[in-house]
Amino acid sequence: MEGEGSLEQTAAEYVLHLFITGATPNSTRAVRNIKEICEQHLKGRYELLIIDIYQQPDLARQEQIIAAPTLIKKRPVPLRRLIGDLSEREQVLTALGIFPGALRENGHE
Amino acid sequence: MQDAITSSAAILPQLPKAPTGIEGLDEITEGGLPKGRPTLVCGSAGCGKTLMGIEFLVRGILEYDEPGVLMAFEETGEELAANVTSLGFDLPGLQAQKKLKVDHVHIDRSEIEETGEYDLEGLFIRLGYAIDSIGAKRVVLDTIESLFSGFPNEAVLRSEIRRLFRWLKDKGVTTIITAERGEGSLTRQGLEEYVSDCVILLDNRVIDQITTRRLRIVKYRGSTHGTNEYPYLITEEGISVLPVTSLKLAHEVSDEVVSTGIPALDEMFGRKGFYKGSSVLITGTAGTAKTTLAAGFANEICRHQRRCLFFAFEESPQQLIRNMRSVGVDLGPWVEQGLLRIEASRPTLNGLEKHLVTLHKLIGEFRPDAVVIDPISNLVTVGNIAEVRSMLTRLIDYLKVNNITALFTSLINGRNIQQEMTEEGVSSLVDTWISVRDLEGVGERNRGISILKARGMAHSNQVREFVVTDHGIQLLDVVIGPSGIVTGAGRLTQQMQEQAQELAAQQEAERKDRELARKRRVLEATIDNLRTEFESVEEELRQINQEEQVRLEKLTEGRKQIATPAKKE
Repeated sequence: MEGEGSLEQTAAEYVLHLFITGATPNSTRAVRNIKEICEQHLKGRYELLIIDIYQQPDLARQEQIIAAPTLIKKRPVPLRRLIGDLSEREQVLTALGIFPGALRENGHE
Repeated sequence: MQDAITSSAAILPQLPKAPTGIEGLDEITEGGLPKGRPTLVCGSAGCGKTLMGIEFLVRGILEYDEPGVLMAFEETGEELAANVTSLGFDLPGLQAQKKLKVDHVHIDRSEIEETGEYDLEGLFIRLGYAIDSIGAKRVVLDTIESLFSGFPNEAVLRSEIRRLFRWLKDKGVTTIITAERGEGSLTRQGLEEYVSDCVILLDNRVIDQITTRRLRIVKYRGSTHGTNEYPYLITEEGISVLPVTSLKLAHEVSDEVVSTGIPALDEMFGRKGFYKGSSVLITGTAGTAKTTLAAGFANEICRHQRRCLFFAFEESPQQLIRNMRSVGVDLGPWVEQGLLRIEASRPTLNGLEKHLVTLHKLIGEFRPDAVVIDPISNLVTVGNIAEVRSMLTRLIDYLKVNNITALFTSLINGRNIQQEMTEEGVSSLVDTWISVRDLEGVGERNRGISILKARGMAHSNQVREFVVTDHGIQLLDVVIGPSGIVTGAGRLTQQMQEQAQELAAQQEAERKDRELARKRRVLEATIDNLRTEFESVEEELRQINQEEQVRLEKLTEGRKQIATPAKKE
């Protein structure tokens, strides 16, 4: 389930960790949504790590995961936790610190 | 769910229970919490919910070899460990032994953003992982309601919590879920809806500015349980719930007798004192020297190089020592030698339970042979009578089990001498009951002491007057007047009268003696006279007798002379 995890860890402006629970509908949707958002708004500027907490339950403890799916924005600060399937696009963009206007601009393109 | 319950009930005649190991709680629940099911422990802040959870886990590990998982939503593992170190619970040690797993769930509302549909599977995974990694049988969730502050979607949360409890049940772990007490409901978030097996309510009540902690089992499906509110304490060893029935009245008894400290009072008891390990109650109205009697007893204990613990609820130690010195009981040296320990505090300083903790702690530390509490009646200011009674019951039980002689004083209100019920109603609990009272007569008040009961011992039935002198308490001899026992000035009058009577009687006796002597002398004189008379008569008779003899001799001689000349011729 890990995609784009092999990206170098230093340079990326955005470091995002998505914790999912296997292939549940919410998780699948979340993966699809985040990939879409990243490609659309953060192309080349992000590092996305997708972790299945069924496989790595200890990480769930370390990263204080309660809800699933959870996207943790590690960088840039401040740290944010986005819970849910990331389908509410505007809220996701706001939480990630991507100016909401960007959505409209990009949407018009 | 219904099927699961009925089928398990069919297999087992009684609900399987997981003993908590918490002192007293297993007795109330008749064996422990429902095994493999969730139990809700709710209460307001400062009730000891978390402590109860931790103790449940620690005791489970240490006493029943059941590993446990603690999921803490409010405090970190370090904080929890530090909090319970003082109770002797070594959480890091147990974690190192893989007997305990502590998972702190951190929720920061400000970091969280809802962006669509979600569930709490993360929590399930963490909990499941923790349970499986150590084979846990017990789980504590403290306090799961914190989730409500972190996640805005209550509908999701509720369904997930319901799923969680169901899941825990399926896992077969015995779970304690702590929850904050809510307004008008047991818990703030209505968690009691989801936990249907056992609900324990902890209460931290302030009555008259005194806090008392109480525990009640609101419900326990499939089992009988104690229904009362039971006071509980948070002691050095953890939680201690105190059901009155904790003692099965099966303690060892001693045949040894300890002196009361007053020789004359000892004489009133068939065995010359109290049995060691028994409990003694001294009741009396104000100023009837109850404290003096108690101090005398303490003094006597220390004189035999034994330890005595004196709880003074009315006087400071210095004041007590000074006052007792004035009646010839010097407690100072015993305190210096460490044989006597005086603990003085106002009853209102603490709640009853706290007093009981202090008593337990000091008794445990000091290991006394005797304990004096002066007076127990002051404790009524702290709690109501029923509470005081149950506290004293437990205290007396505790002392008896440890074979410590206990002496309590109690103030009786009112001037009614017949009122021999103590306010605390502890009289049925004590073995020996001494009553001191005012014997109020014309213009004065005297003190009388009597033994109302002494279990297992013959005792005097008299009301003895006593005085407090420079040399301690002195019991006076019984003086019986025309209308019963007399005391005080009456006693003196009676004694004077008796002395006068005695003198008169003595004089009368002497007079009679003299009379007799006189009569004897008269009689003797008469006897002498008669004897003289008799002698003269005797003399006369002897004279006559003699003359007669002479005459006869003469006659005989004359006859001889007549015969003799005829022969010569």
